[in-house]
Amino acid sequence: MQQLVDSLFSGPPPVPLWLCYLAAMLLFGGIVVFGFVLPMAGTTTWVERRIAGRIQSRLGPNRTGPAGFLQWLADGIKSVLKEDIVPTHADARLFKLAPYVVMSGFVLAFVAIPFGGPLIIADLNVGILYVTAVTSLVVVGILMAGWSSNNKWSLLGGIRSAAQIVSYEIPAGLSIFPIVMLTGALSMQSIIAGQGWQPWSWNLFYSPFTFVAFFVFFVSALAEGNRTPFDLPEAESELVMGAFTEYSGIRNLLFFMAEWGNLYVIGAIVTTLFLGGGHIPGEARLADAPLLRVPLQFVAFFLKSYLWVIVAIWLRWTLPRIRVDQMMVMCWKYLVPIAFVNLIGTALWMVFFPPALEPVVRALLTAATVLLLVGFVRRIRFHLRHARLRRMDLSFNPLSTASVPR
Amino acid sequence: MGLAGFEVEVQRETDGVLATEDMTLSMGPQHPSTHGVLRFVVRADGEVMKEAIPDIGYLHRSIEKIAEKVGWHGFMPYTDRVDYVAAMPCNQGWAMAAERLAGIEVPKRGEYCRVIATEFSRIHSHLLSVGSMAMDIGATTPFTHAIREREYINDLIEEVCGARLTFNYMRIGGVAWDLPPAWREKALAYIDRFEPLIDEYDRLISYNKIYVERLAGVAPITPEDAIAWNLVGPNLRGSGVRFDVRRDEPYSVYPELEFDVPVGRGELGTLGDCFDRYIVRMREMRESCRIIRQCLRQLPGGAVLAKVPRNFKPPAGDCYVRVESARGDMGWYVVSDGTSFPYRVKIRTGSFAAISMIQKLSKNLMIADLIAVIASLDLVAPEIDR
Repeated sequence: MQQLVDSLFSGPPPVPLWLCYLAAMLLFGGIVVFGFVLPMAGTTTWVERRIAGRIQSRLGPNRTGPAGFLQWLADGIKSVLKEDIVPTHADARLFKLAPYVVMSGFVLAFVAIPFGGPLIIADLNVGILYVTAVTSLVVVGILMAGWSSNNKWSLLGGIRSAAQIVSYEIPAGLSIFPIVMLTGALSMQSIIAGQGWQPWSWNLFYSPFTFVAFFVFFVSALAEGNRTPFDLPEAESELVMGAFTEYSGIRNLLFFMAEWGNLYVIGAIVTTLFLGGGHIPGEARLADAPLLRVPLQFVAFFLKSYLWVIVAIWLRWTLPRIRVDQMMVMCWKYLVPIAFVNLIGTALWMVFFPPALEPVVRALLTAATVLLLVGFVRRIRFHLRHARLRRMDLSFNPLSTASVPR
Repeated sequence: MGLAGFEVEVQRETDGVLATEDMTLSMGPQHPSTHGVLRFVVRADGEVMKEAIPDIGYLHRSIEKIAEKVGWHGFMPYTDRVDYVAAMPCNQGWAMAAERLAGIEVPKRGEYCRVIATEFSRIHSHLLSVGSMAMDIGATTPFTHAIREREYINDLIEEVCGARLTFNYMRIGGVAWDLPPAWREKALAYIDRFEPLIDEYDRLISYNKIYVERLAGVAPITPEDAIAWNLVGPNLRGSGVRFDVRRDEPYSVYPELEFDVPVGRGELGTLGDCFDRYIVRMREMRESCRIIRQCLRQLPGGAVLAKVPRNFKPPAGDCYVRVESARGDMGWYVVSDGTSFPYRVKIRTGSFAAISMIQKLSKNLMIADLIAVIASLDLVAPEIDR
């Protein structure tokens, strides 16, 4: 933020500089929370439901507003107006507090999350550490909700959630360290500054180890965000709705807002650490025009981050759920060892790999990724060709269609 | 600690100073994955179950007793409600029992119509079964795709009999109406569309790594156990026992039709595990398509309903009729005393045998596995309670 304030004043500012910084931070913080985070979490529900509709061969919300876009607002208003039920035998104080803990765990993360260019509420020198720390506040909230509901299904959900989030913090943290070692800093802005706009200059393609670390981090982050295939704390078909079973109205909404908002947090961290942040081509030429450069950087950062939100949504509506023991096996037997290998491998790579060959490795990894994506697109085309889903009349019913469908 | 009649023993294990206690969970009757109103009293140590005791009777409607009061023709609509997910085989069971008692010969075309309707009903039921199984494992998408196809079958059956859920097509002596004009072409067009879709479901979910991991090797039933516990239908065939009433005790026109009886082979886990029961259903849909196609090709002309007196009074006697319903061998034991009301009716259903096995299967499984077991046994609550 300081950077932005500095670039706005050409001469010495009329008021003390620290006041300008503070005002800018508070203003931007307010804009971020009320103008970005909450609407973004809300619209993500709409995006998710539309995508789910496509995947599931149905329509999704399409009545409220253009293409159903206002559905999230309607749902929000409905939730606010609903009765806020506290079960008789629940621990009322904890029960009421839990959603706020979960919500603050997710909103606080935005303090250190960049939005592209100089846009960041506070570029803490322990940025990434801070984000991982506050996001684990969510587990406290879910455990509180599970315990205080006085419902056995909720309790099981809360305990599953605690086990899951605490376990997956480890591979997630270990996958962040290679990037921290590479950059030599924990601050989000310095991590972004260490990369460029070209894909091959991203940390993702630095070495095979960071390449693998990216996937380990994304999987662990999904597990921390309680998303399918790791949505065991909710597990609708097993635990009814897990830790949130007894919640209604606005408190229920807060939990889900945190869940959808957390998706964006995952995307933003991934973009910052591995995908070059909000760099755009020709930044140096636009250095003197912050009003043009900053929005472009914001858009670049947002698109990269939101891509991962969409990937997470797509995974959710595609994959089944794994079992509790399989989840633990995956974490401790696969992800944690792989993350350790990455950590040590990156260290050795940094010390022993000749810097002259580095561009070659980056180019090779980028090419490999492009090939992977091409193969993937071909696979999708294969499936579309073999699906043989011709457009049929929607019904055989003679009342709705007279023709023989084909 | 008693839970509605179940004396569940609370075990306190004193391990040093830390006393632990089993958790008793009441799963159902209102629970997302109990497929109707079933209840299980689960005794669990954390996520691992020690035992799940099924508690049934929430959907009991005294259907067998009703039969004694409404007469032979009048009971036909009630048979749809025995198993509303696959109503046609129940229709057929009742009709066959009455016909056998009275010695009525059903016209050939009527028999073919019955088989076509029954096989559509089987596909319809299996689609719901595999779809909701995927949903219970956590994948919601295959369910909507299965339901979409089910709607087409509903449309087809609606044209035949006018109902979309409790199909009531058959009558004592044949079927109520002939197939409507152009229905044969529509049905063939639909089968042409549906057969490749089974491959699509296989690509969509059947061999998904997570799905297989969740199902393969879970709750295997050995062939001996399956026979000892009287499992029938896909549950029995999932354990590798090649028994199908349609083939081994043929009725209707099944001897004239060519079809295979798929059995589980334990290809991805142990023989008779949840995956085998699932995949048997997928393969049975393919066989049903084959049967329907043959029937539509061989469909003879003529009447569909034999002459049956309005005041139907079969001679005194009893009979036991077996039909292969979507959930397996369904037995109808009917006693007639020569009046216009049956003296006694007893229905033997597949789900009832299957649910009795859950207590044995559930030992040392995870709670998530119990859901998979319930889904793979394809329990339908109305069929258990009747």
